[in-house]
Amino acid sequence: MVLITRKIEFSASHLYHNPALSPEENRRVFGKCNNPHGHGHNYTLEVTVAGEPDPVTGMVLDLKELKDILEREVMHRMDHRFLNYEVAELKGQIPTCENIARVIWELLDPKITQGKLHRVRLYESADLFADCYRNGATC
Amino acid sequence: MGIKIELGRRYRFAASHRLHTDRLSEEENARIFGKCANPYGHGHNYVLEISVSGEIDPATGMIANLADLDSFVQREVIEVFDCRSLNEDVAAFRKTVPTTENLCIEIFERLKGFPKGKLERVRVQETTNNSFEYAGK
Repeated sequence: MVLITRKIEFSASHLYHNPALSPEENRRVFGKCNNPHGHGHNYTLEVTVAGEPDPVTGMVLDLKELKDILEREVMHRMDHRFLNYEVAELKGQIPTCENIARVIWELLDPKITQGKLHRVRLYESADLFADCYRNGATC
Repeated sequence: MGIKIELGRRYRFAASHRLHTDRLSEEENARIFGKCANPYGHGHNYVLEISVSGEIDPATGMIANLADLDSFVQREVIEVFDCRSLNEDVAAFRKTVPTTENLCIEIFERLKGFPKGKLERVRVQETTNNSFEYAGK
């Protein structure tokens, strides 16, 4: 099995707020991330696909195709967007790194038909990221 | 089949060490550890990367609150190792060579008790060219 990884970057804004909590609790749990007008990040997304190279093309999947899928499913949805208000899949959820990574996994997994989605790693900053794997897969 | 989600976080600390063991002769220490056996030690800017898994709490969207994780790592690792001599200041390395392999194991042992998620692995980068990982036994 071979793993191939493609990286993209997008910029988006978000805020952390749970309407079921009081303003004080929101502030205590989420700190500055609860500021009402939100703030933004340059997100870096690494998508890893696992598979056997095709004997004719030598490819697990055509990177151009993966690039197109990422453009359509992620960039188009999330780049230069306010994640809380403009991304339907995140409606009603706190757009943490964990939740955004999970949504990206759920968007990509059915679209990747050559090879198998192995890992989604989303960096919110150089020091904070979330990884998604298929349950039971080895990292 | 579901998804497994891990939260990854990086921390930095600087420390000195000397690779040397009393169980070997000075010649053997010099042969095995080379410059790393120089008597007064030397230092590195270590980068620690940890991964914690768990369920996402629907109320917060988080596996673990970063403030809780950061304060735990600060107390258990950064305050213990940062700007210290690993050989002289950390009890675990009085008898054990403070290679980065052993440092990974020591950090894993210190962090595995994090109460709000499961510690999956630690990765320690000693320089930009060397990194080490440990995920428990």
